[in-house]
Parts: sequence; structure tokens; C-alpha cells
Amino acid sequence: MEINHLQAPPGFTDTAAAEATTEEYYLNMGPQHPGTHGVLRLVLRLDGENVQEVVPHLGYVHRAIEKMAENQTYLQNIHLTDRLDYLSSFMNNLGLCMAIEKGLGIGVPERGEYIRVMLCELQRIQSHLLWWGVLGMDMGAVTAFLYGFKEREMITDIFEEVCGNRLTMNFFRPGGSSADVPDTFLPRVATVIERLKRALDEYQTLLTDNIIFQERTRGIGVLSREKALSYGCTGPVLRGSGVQYDGRKNNPYSIYERFDFEVPVGQGGDSFDRYLVRMEEMAQSIKIVQQAMETFPTGPYRSKEFSKYRIPTGSYFSQVETARGLLGIYMVADGTAKPYRLKYRSPSFSNLSAINEMAVGYKIADLITIISTLDLVIPDIDR
Amino acid sequence: MNDIAFPTTNAIGDLVRANFPASSAYIINGILGIAAVLITVALIPVFLVWMERKVAAHFQARLGPMRVGFHGTLQSVADGLKLLFKEVLKPAGADSFGFFLAPILPATASFLVMTIIPFDHHLQVTDLNGGVIYVIAISGLSVFGILLAGWSSNNKYSLLGAMRSGAQLISYEISLAIIMLLIVLVSGTASLREIVLSQQGTVLDWWIFKLPGLGLVAFIMYLISSTAELNRGPFDISEAESELTGGFTTEYSGISFSMFFLAEFVNMFVAGTLTTTFFLGGFLAPQIGLGTVDLLFDAVPGFVWFFLKTCFIIFLFMWFRWSFPRLRVDQLMELEWKVLLPINIIVLVLGAIFVAQGWILP
Repeated sequence: MEINHLQAPPGFTDTAAAEATTEEYYLNMGPQHPGTHGVLRLVLRLDGENVQEVVPHLGYVHRAIEKMAENQTYLQNIHLTDRLDYLSSFMNNLGLCMAIEKGLGIGVPERGEYIRVMLCELQRIQSHLLWWGVLGMDMGAVTAFLYGFKEREMITDIFEEVCGNRLTMNFFRPGGSSADVPDTFLPRVATVIERLKRALDEYQTLLTDNIIFQERTRGIGVLSREKALSYGCTGPVLRGSGVQYDGRKNNPYSIYERFDFEVPVGQGGDSFDRYLVRMEEMAQSIKIVQQAMETFPTGPYRSKEFSKYRIPTGSYFSQVETARGLLGIYMVADGTAKPYRLKYRSPSFSNLSAINEMAVGYKIADLITIISTLDLVIPDIDR
Repeated sequence: MNDIAFPTTNAIGDLVRANFPASSAYIINGILGIAAVLITVALIPVFLVWMERKVAAHFQARLGPMRVGFHGTLQSVADGLKLLFKEVLKPAGADSFGFFLAPILPATASFLVMTIIPFDHHLQVTDLNGGVIYVIAISGLSVFGILLAGWSSNNKYSLLGAMRSGAQLISYEISLAIIMLLIVLVSGTASLREIVLSQQGTVLDWWIFKLPGLGLVAFIMYLISSTAELNRGPFDISEAESELTGGFTTEYSGISFSMFFLAEFVNMFVAGTLTTTFFLGGFLAPQIGLGTVDLLFDAVPGFVWFFLKTCFIIFLFMWFRWSFPRLRVDQLMELEWKVLLPINIIVLVLGAIFVAQGWILP
């Protein structure tokens, strides 16, 4: 084979070491590959099974959402945020709505805030359930995939009843949400919460306590605290590396400061830490939803609607903690009904940038686990 | 050997011998036996694929195939037909000879092993004196097919899968061979039929119980090694769908893919039959020491017991696959060389001591 005589593909820092006794080769993983969760393309430099370098190639689902935003009104933009990180669409909606509310200087009624928090936390659980199942599947435990989906389906059904959609919600509006929640909302949430508590124990038995699973994730894909900070990682990836930062706690938005919840933190920054952080986050989200259910107020769900949303000239920033990390929204308004510029700082993009740091020195199978514990959503990376 | 005239000592064999001269009867009986094995090999995967899908579905809280036939019983026939009519593709740059030879080898190997499996007292194509050695030798053939498939596919994923598989099969064969050796040691024969007959008596006379404690350990070791030898989860690193897209089968389609598929399921069946033969008394009915029940059990034909026991073992394989995450390639090697192999050697030595001391249950 003459593989090593090929020129190194673009993006690699150095080619195969001259003193290497084995032939290094390049492997193209993706854009169509079951382990990359979408159209992410990774080019690997491998020595046998060992990963020497990883170069991600992006842009396969680039839809120019930021450019499109400049030609759409503020309200029309909300549905575009659904398509960033499609598993956190409520939180993305919330981010943009908060930026618009800042620009307009309007508030949200009490019930509206509760609806937002509850839906966001339910979606965080939903997103983590999907991640849990997919992680299992990536490691060969296909049963986990279907178990994760079983409980996720119940939450998705609630969303469907609330806003008619199961994935791309387009539900929150500046000043509240587009509709009130139905009467069945609270009882259904209560049922799901009860079910989830048992399910989390079941997951513990199925995957967390499994010796093979622990062997596969402990000490694998270590991301040090310093590296995590310098790459701008956020969310469970950052917390897994031992940094106690959560947008809901450190820069509270909406009404998160009213609820009592903890921010789980990992110690070593390996795959298992990231796993445990997400599992604990689900339990904490359940806690938040339960507290919100107890004090769920009556009253209006949305402040007065405007016939046209024109935001005064200036720049506005808001950030939300999505299931994957910090989503930052930087909005420049020029007084018209459309934003002059809308910039999204997506969590998956920064989290992916650390992949080379985490994967080098481990095996191909570990790379798959690492991608999975980063919980990437590719449309969020490309936008 | 003994007075049994192989091939086929059953009623059909006697009929042929009565009507034809000895030399041609020998050949006709051989052809009949091989045809029977061929049909079994062709039908077993149809059942096992359905069983796998049903078992997997119920483990995963769903129903599985339900539409084609009663509870999806004909689903695997439909799937097989679909595979038959698919175009066979060969990637550019693949080596034609190796690429098309490779799928035949594992299927052939599993077919050859089937010829010496004692399905019942008189349901066995031939009984070799060194049956166990034959099994070890022939089942090693399948690794050639997998290596060849990976190498000739001209695909790095295939090559990686094949290399993983090669290392895995060769390593775990050692463990398997040692446990087989233990059974040969305690039963005093290498013929599969004789091994079964050495377990006559009650359930406690099966080798899994007959060697106090040791039999159970050996049984578990054999199960683990068999699962690895079968390339099934949690040891399915050579296919590893999420890592290598499909391992050595990545580039295969249509009938050449279904040959690998067929071989995988026949191999699983063979592993089940061998486990049954070595540890669970083969075709012998389970005698639990209760007069009426024993009589009732004894009335059931041996091959029914054989298939039931085999299906139980296969169910265990499926249970493993749908419960555990996959091991990593280096962990797999560590498990074999640092855990299983030392334990197996100790088990073998203990087995020798048991035999020498006569610590075998009467």
C-alpha cells in the first residue's frame, strides 16, 4: 500500500513521523458515518488503531442562518433558531426572545416565565435522554438507544400538545409564548416526572454501573480544566472538566434564581465525568420542574403583543444555557423590523474545537465515545 | 471405533443399505447426510434471524417484525429473498478473486462443522474419533474468509475490521481449545458422540454439574469465548457499526453479504450445539430423578431436547448482545490474554487433578 506517500490532507499540523516503525495513514470519517451523528466529517491520522490527529471539516449543513436573519423580521427569526440546535429549540427560542425583550424593554408575565422555565428544563431532560441513548448505541448497546427514546417520547408528546410540534417548536415570543399551556399540562408533566425518576434508576443499572461501560469511558478523552477553558467549551463538557459554570446559576436569566438546584461538576474531565454530569443534570432538571409545578401561577402568559416589532438602534446580547452549553446571541438593531446583524455563538462549535485535544493518543473506538460525550448537534456547528 | 456404521445409522440409512450394494449404499448415504446438513444450514438462519429480531425487540420494549406471517415468522424469508435480488457490487480497486472467494469460506467452515454434530443417537453424518480436533481445525477456517474480505475490499474500514477480527478469533480460539481439552480429559474421548454418551444419567451427570464447581466455571468461560469467537456483541469489534460502519462487510451487498450473514448465524448455531454437546448432555433428555417426569421427558425425541438446549444457549448469546456495550479492541485482547487464558489453564490443571483424584460426581 502506498498510503503514506500521499500528501497530508489539508488541516494537519505535521505528516507521518519519519522515525515511525509503522505506516501511518489517513482515514476519512464522515460526512456519512454512523458515529458522527450527522454530516460531520473528521479526517484522522492513524497509526494502526491509534488516533494521532483529528481534523474536523465543517459546513456540510451550512444554511447561512445568520445571513438569512438579516432579511427576516424579528418574529420570523424565532423559527430559524429552532434549526440551530434542534434538540434545544425552546432554549434557542428563549435566547432570541430575551434579546428582543432587552431591545424593546418589555418584561414577561409570571406565568409566561414559568412556562418558559418548565419547557426549557423538560427539553433539557429530553435532549439528555436522546444523548444517553445515542451514547449507548455508539458503544454497541443498542438497547439503551430504545430505552432512552421510550421516556423521551413522553416528553415529546407533552411538547406536541403544548405547541403542536415535536422538534422545531417555534413557541416562545417576545414577552411570553405564542399560546398558553393546556389544562392537561401539569398532570402530564407530573406523570412524566414520576416515570423519569424510575427510569433514571433503570439507566443506572443498564449503563452507568456496567463494568464494560466504565472501562470504556473512565480515563478516556481527558480534557483538562485549562484546555476546556481556553477552547471556550461550555455546558456539560466544561463542567465535566471541573469548572463550576452554568449560565443558569452564574448569569441567571428568566426566573432561574428562584429555584433550588445544584450544578454537577466532574473531577477529571474524562468521558465518564461528562456522562455523570449529564445524568445528574437530568435529576436536577427534574427538581426544577417539580419546584415550578408547585408554584405554577395563574394569570396572563404573554405581555401585550406589538403589531410590529421594531427594535431601537443598538446592540443587544443575551445568553442561555442550552442542553449543550452556552448559546450567545448578539443582535445589532438599526431601528427597522429586521436585525442588522445577528450572531449566534453556538456551544457545539466550541466544544467540537477541543476534539483533537481529547482524542489524540486514544483508539478509534474511543474517538466515537468522545464525539458522543461531546453531544454534538451538527446543524448547531454549521448554522 | 464401534459397530455403528457411518454415515447415517438411522432407519433411512438401513433402508438404503438393504436395497443397494454396500459400496453404492455408502455413497448414497453420504450424499443423503450431506443434503440433510445442507438443508439444515439453509433453514437454521431463517429461524435464528427471526428469533434474534424477536428477542432483541422484546429486550428493547418493542414488538419486532409483526406483519409478514404470524408474528413476523416469514420476515427472514422476505429479507433473504430481498438480499438475493440485490445487485452484487464490487468496489473499484477491489481484488475480484479474493473479494468473491471471501464470503464462501466462513459459510463453508460452519457447514463442515455441522457434519459431525450429534443431533440425536442416530442423527449424525459421521462421528470422527478426533471430532473435537476436527472442530478446532475447521472452525479456524472462517478467519481466512474475514481476513480476505477485509484485505480485498480496498477499504480502510474493512481492513481495520478484518485485522481486529483476525486478532480476536485467533486469540479466543486458544481459550476455546483449552476448555474442549478439559472436556476431552474428563470424558476420556474426543468423539462428540462419545462425549454426549459419557454424560448419561441424571442432570447432575452433565459435565456442567458433574465436575463440582469446575464445570460451571468452564461452562461460563466457554460461553464467553464462544461469544467472542462468533464476533457477536459485546465482542463485535470487527463489525462495530458505529465505529467502522460495517467492518469487513462494509463493501459487500446482495448474496455475498448474505453469505457472511448466513455464516454468522450458522456459526452461532454451531457454537450452541457444541456447548450443548460438551456441557448440557447433548441429545440426552434431562433426568431429574422423578419417575413419571423422567419417563415423560424420555419419551420426547433426543433431537428435540438437543434443539431446545441449543436454543437456550443461543438465547444467552442474544441476551449478551442486547445488554452489553462493546469492548474496545485492546480491552478484548487483555480480557483474553490476562483473564480468560490464565483462568482456563488453571481450570484445565484442576480438571486433571479432579480426574486423577476421582473427584467427579458418580
